[in-house]
This record gives sequence, C-alpha cells and structure tokens, in this order.
Amino acid sequence: MSDALSLEGIRKSFGKLEVLRGIDLTLAEHEVVCLIGASGSGKSTLLRCVNLLEPIDAGRIILHGEEITGRAVDVNRVRRGIGIVFQSFNLFPHMSVVRNITLGPRKALGLSKADADARADELLGRFGLSDKRDDFPDRLSGGQQQRVAIVRALAMQPELMLLDEVTSALDPELVAEVLDVIRELAGGGMTMLIATHEMSFARDVAHRVCFLDAGVILEEGTPAEIFGSPRQPRTQQFLQRIVQAGRL
Amino acid sequence: MNVKIFCIAEVVILFTALGVAVLRGLTGPVFFPVRFFAVVYADFFRGIPTILLIYMLGFGIPALQLSGVPTSELFWGTVALILVYTAYVSEVYRAGIESVHPSQNAAARSLGLSHGQSLRYVVIPQAVRRVIPPLLNDFIGLQKDTALVGVLGVVEAFRQTQINQADTFNFTPGIVAAVLFLLITVPLTRFTDWLIARDRRRRQATGVLA
Repeated sequence: MSDALSLEGIRKSFGKLEVLRGIDLTLAEHEVVCLIGASGSGKSTLLRCVNLLEPIDAGRIILHGEEITGRAVDVNRVRRGIGIVFQSFNLFPHMSVVRNITLGPRKALGLSKADADARADELLGRFGLSDKRDDFPDRLSGGQQQRVAIVRALAMQPELMLLDEVTSALDPELVAEVLDVIRELAGGGMTMLIATHEMSFARDVAHRVCFLDAGVILEEGTPAEIFGSPRQPRTQQFLQRIVQAGRL
Repeated sequence: MNVKIFCIAEVVILFTALGVAVLRGLTGPVFFPVRFFAVVYADFFRGIPTILLIYMLGFGIPALQLSGVPTSELFWGTVALILVYTAYVSEVYRAGIESVHPSQNAAARSLGLSHGQSLRYVVIPQAVRRVIPPLLNDFIGLQKDTALVGVLGVVEAFRQTQINQADTFNFTPGIVAAVLFLLITVPLTRFTDWLIARDRRRRQATGVLA
C-alpha cells in the first residue's frame, strides 16, 4: 500500500522570508500526525501548501502515489480529496448551515440536491448539529461554527483532512466539543495532518508528533518521545514554555 | 421615455459592469490583456463627460451612414449611458469583490470549486450585498442622466418640459418633471432599504444562540 501523503523537500518563501526550508514528511493511511511549534514556524503554510492553496517553490507533494505538484495537475480535482479546516472557520456567511455543507458536493462533485442534502443531514446528525441545519453561521457559537466547518469538509468525503489550529480562535469552554469531533474522526481511521497548540490533545490523538522550528521539522517521534524526552534543546525550550503557561 | 431608457440601461449595466469587474480581478500573466482592457475601459469612460459621449455617439454614428447600424438617437443615447455607467458601476463591484476576505475564496477553492464557481457562489453574492447602497447611488444618477439624452432631440421628460415652458412661459412643467423623477427614485431607495433589511432578518431570524 502506498503512503497517504508524502512531502519531499518542500520549500516556500514569501518575498525574502523563507517560511519552509525543506520539509520531508510521510503519512501512512489512517495515521494522525500533529504539527507543533511556535507561531510563525510554518505549520499553517505547510498545510496550505499541501492543499495547493499556496504554490510551493521547490519539492514534491505526493498524494496516494500521485504527484500533485506537477504542472498538468487539475488542482480542483486534487482539492476535492483533501479537506481543510481553518482557524477562523471561514463559513460562508450568506448561506445557511446546510447550504454551506452542500455547496461543495453539489458544485464540485455534481451531486443532486437530494443526495447532497441527505449526506449533509447524516453528518449533521452524527455530530449533534441537526437543529442548526437551517441557521445562518452568525447565529452559531464559535464551537458550533467550527464543527459545521469540519462537517463541510467531511461532506466531500476526503481521504485526507488538514486541520489548521482549529481551536485557536475558540473560547476555552468551546474547545472540547471541537476536539471531541476530531477524536471521533481519528477513531474512524481518517488520515489527518493537524497543526495545533493543544499539547494534551496532540499527546492524546496523534500517532506521531513533529516539532517545527524555523521552517524545518526539527524533531519527530511518538507523543511519548516528544513530550516525555525531547532530544533537541529547542524542543525542550518550547515545551517548557508551554508547561509554564499551564497548557500541558 | 426616461423610465424606458433607465430600465433598459440598468439591466444591461448590472451585467456588463460585473463582467468588467470580474475581468479586472483575474490574476496571472495570461490574463494581462484582459485586465488591461478593463482598466483602460474604466479610466476612459469615467474620464469623459457623459453629455459629450452622448453627443458623439448620438449625432456621430448615424451621420456615418454605416449600413446595418441603427440610426436612432434614442438607441445611441442609451448606449452612451450604458458605456459610461458600466465604467462607474464596475468600480463599485470591484470594491465589493475586494472587500470579501480572501479566506472566503480559500475556503471555496479548498472544497474543489473552480475560480469561476467560487466567484459565482461565494464571492460575488457577498460582494453584491455589500455594494447595494452605492449601486443604488449610481442608478439614481443614471435615472437623472437619462435627461441628457434630450440633447439629441429625443423627447424625454426634461425636453418636454422645455417645450412646454417655451409655449407658456410657465415653469410649472419643470416642477412636474422634478416630481416625476422623485416618484421613481424615492420608492427605489425605499425598496433597496427593504431588501437589505429583509436579508438581515432572514439571516438572524432562525434559531437561537445556544
């Protein structure tokens, strides 16, 4: 079986600022990998590159054995297989919850309205959002909005989910409901690449943790290795600051 | 007559202006000529006085006696208004499109929607809602500028006023014409306000914040 996702020497600069300086990373099927690291270490950029929202300057991205960074690749087709959830939810404010969820399946996958609605209702039910079906996003709490955003990504039935600090914009008491959803996805065997500041969550859910620092993966290992006995001084320093902040 | 010019011109402008705005928003070197055309178009037709363009098209083109080209002053007067107001309105649309946060486009594209689909379903609906007040502003301007077509000899409301005035040395027809214009623009304003309020209500009426 081929790897779900393979990144080879990814480099990305914004002007003179080199954000990613050669990232190599491979995800097996059903694997959950958490990216940790300080703000500006390149976590978000890496996720955006994988979804082809940012063109990379060098390297290759291989999804299920197919290189998706080539010139002739249909980016729209590739993106249909990759779900991404953003820190700021990015729901469409002019559409009801159900329309937010069915837009992709209907327009990108060509599903009929009935099929797309059925798919949306099934997912909304599964994540306890059925009563929000016809609401508009600005009537929902942050936690609910983010759960809808996750459902919207899932409705495309992606083979890979990218989560970009999905709880960072939430009030503390709303974080748990979103993390529960992600745990359920992990339990269901979804392949996920997760950028997060929630260290205890990363320890819980990740099969592997990567510490990003200044655009490279400085250290990677099982959660026990990274959180229990980090080898790199930079990793130790970072985790120590997190502990001091009371977040681990 | 003014209402007729206005109605035809408005519908055409709503679409052509959106087209120009979208063309101007295309990215990538391939689309440079298109973008360039859109910029030149907006600069040019916003830069020349409306009345001058109406004169040139309304008298100039029929005078060329080209075959297969309409010679009606009304037609060319309306075309001139469309050209000028398309330029204005395209800039309004462009401001609206640029005011929609790039993350909305990113979210749409991440679902596998094409650039066109993202514009059609996500960006433009939000942009249009935001620019309805300035759009209406331009359309009131258009409604009033239909009076300029009168210089071509088309008998519209203002022209008729002058005729009546010359006959009777009485300015009342001017007041009547002014009232007629207000009768159109004021309800239009209220209608737009209502549309905006309805949209807001619809978004907030359903459900209760948990």
